[in-house]
Amino acid sequence: MELFTNQVLAGIATGAIYACMALAVVMIYQAIDHLNFAQGEMAMFSTFISWQLMQWGLPYWWAFLATLIISFIGGIAIERLLFKPLAKAPILTNVAGFIALFAIVNSLAGLIWDFTIKQYPTPFGSSPFLGSQLISTHQAGMIGVTVLLLVLLFLFFQYTRIGLAMRAAASLPESARLVGINTSWMIALGWGMASAIGAIAGILIAPVVFLEPNMMGGVLIYGFAAAVLGGLSSPLGAVIGGFLVGVFENLAGTYIPGVGNELKLPIALALIITVLVVKPAGLLGRPIVKRV
Amino acid sequence: MSAAEEVVTEAPAIEAVPKRAMTLGLGTSVVVLAALIIAPMFVKNFIIFQMTQILYLGLAVLALNILTGGSGQFSLGQSAFYAVGAYTSAILMEYSGMNYALTLPIAGVICFAFGFVFGQPALRLSGVYLALATFALAVAMPQLLKLGFFEHWTGGVQGLVVTKPDAPFGLKMSQDMWLYYFTLAITIGIYIASLNLLKSRSGRAFMAIRDNEIAASAMGINVALYKTLAFGVSAGITGVAGGLGAIAVQFVAPDSFTVNLAIQLFLGMVVGGVGWLPGSTVGAAFIIFVPNIAEGVSKGLSGAVFGVLLFLVIFLVPHGARQVAMMAQHLLGKLMKKN
Repeated sequence: MELFTNQVLAGIATGAIYACMALAVVMIYQAIDHLNFAQGEMAMFSTFISWQLMQWGLPYWWAFLATLIISFIGGIAIERLLFKPLAKAPILTNVAGFIALFAIVNSLAGLIWDFTIKQYPTPFGSSPFLGSQLISTHQAGMIGVTVLLLVLLFLFFQYTRIGLAMRAAASLPESARLVGINTSWMIALGWGMASAIGAIAGILIAPVVFLEPNMMGGVLIYGFAAAVLGGLSSPLGAVIGGFLVGVFENLAGTYIPGVGNELKLPIALALIITVLVVKPAGLLGRPIVKRV
Repeated sequence: MSAAEEVVTEAPAIEAVPKRAMTLGLGTSVVVLAALIIAPMFVKNFIIFQMTQILYLGLAVLALNILTGGSGQFSLGQSAFYAVGAYTSAILMEYSGMNYALTLPIAGVICFAFGFVFGQPALRLSGVYLALATFALAVAMPQLLKLGFFEHWTGGVQGLVVTKPDAPFGLKMSQDMWLYYFTLAITIGIYIASLNLLKSRSGRAFMAIRDNEIAASAMGINVALYKTLAFGVSAGITGVAGGLGAIAVQFVAPDSFTVNLAIQLFLGMVVGGVGWLPGSTVGAAFIIFVPNIAEGVSKGLSGAVFGVLLFLVIFLVPHGARQVAMMAQHLLGKLMKKN
């Protein structure tokens, strides 16, 4: 039983990483109806920016704040420059655009900061949390920040005018335009917010996986898995999905014989496919009804 | 976040391509074919090898084109089918000493079955969800190939080395050149077969599903059957391409078939023009040469240069090589009129 509890705890700790990333994935999916394959790379780039700011002597929280603002503006800039002209293009062209963005960001980060692995500081410390060897204070802090972020997002979407406008623009663009919402800028705003949330995810993940241009490769896939599991239209679902994927991955690795470390990834992916087949809308997502 | 169910009118994933626009005219085809046959006689072995690469990767892009351009389904998982084909050929050649040419149809059949089976769960998915599920398949494949359970056959992480075939019948040509003509023959065969497939009843069914699934089923098309069939055919052709690739490169290893390969094939299709079969070769040339060009421009920034070039293609010619070909045709027509 102790093994079980320990594995669940460890799973929740890694799940927090996935939850963060899934939240960013869902944000942008809400705004533009696409999965951004370059999301992880954008988050990695933001993390590098914060690292650079700290190297220049800025304190942690100031660097954090500055990075959020830079990422927000950067996300909007990318949308205005590269993806707004593609809004009417077929989906396939958009996906190719994401891949191009992925290549550009990854290679730029490699050129500026090179590919050596860097340590990244944590504000929460890394001592055992409440005497448990499995969750460090950093991981506990990460879970706390994820939950806080979720609450803030909920309040934003539910109780502010601009949050309402964003929801309107995402669900029925035509009608939203008729009541005077600038839908095009709502999309840009969605990009900015997704980019900022990605930055938070990157900054929280970096102390665990270390900072390097390819740090997000695996995390993004789990982030997708989590987002799909929870439902691509629900931020709360994404976070729950993140924790579930983390726990599931750990338990599968422990209890199913023959599943070592190398099979963890295929397991997560099998989970995606199973969920998609059994319940395509995810745990908390809204089912989509097509009008014909 | 509202409790109400979302109602969307979904636009088709890709624009409809008229059937005639999927091919080249007869005259152009003959010229291109002649160029493909004559070209290797004047270039070095390495360039012949690269041309072979373009042909078999072009075949893999063509397979994806049948799936996406034909039946309107996405796939970011073609590298998995490619890997299965490559391993099938390699294992048959190395362990049972089978002739390389005979391994290809077997690779094709096995991949067809694999694709058909994978198409079953994929049936219920569309758009971004399908992209994700196939993406998952592509990511999982190298891990599966490395499994200790299969290691006896697959050679594990190290992979398998394949011997390069000599030219048969005592022909006086280098191995590279023979392989080129061998690949060319198979590519042309499959290209013609694909054209005929798309012109046939099944091809029309694919396109009806692509353009409007519900209307297609109302016309009596078995949507589930044809969607999985498209997956199967696409996987089968990709498997043959994979087998050819294994023979040409003389080596298969799990890490040659990562999701990067799937992404490259996808880019090849977009660059070549979705739904335009001859564009597949152009797309294959793009994914083989452009990274090299990018490396030549700047070593450290090769990824960025590649990305920028890709963006240029997307912005300038969103329909890829098809659009270029059409513009050229238009221009030629104008010139002809003037004279």
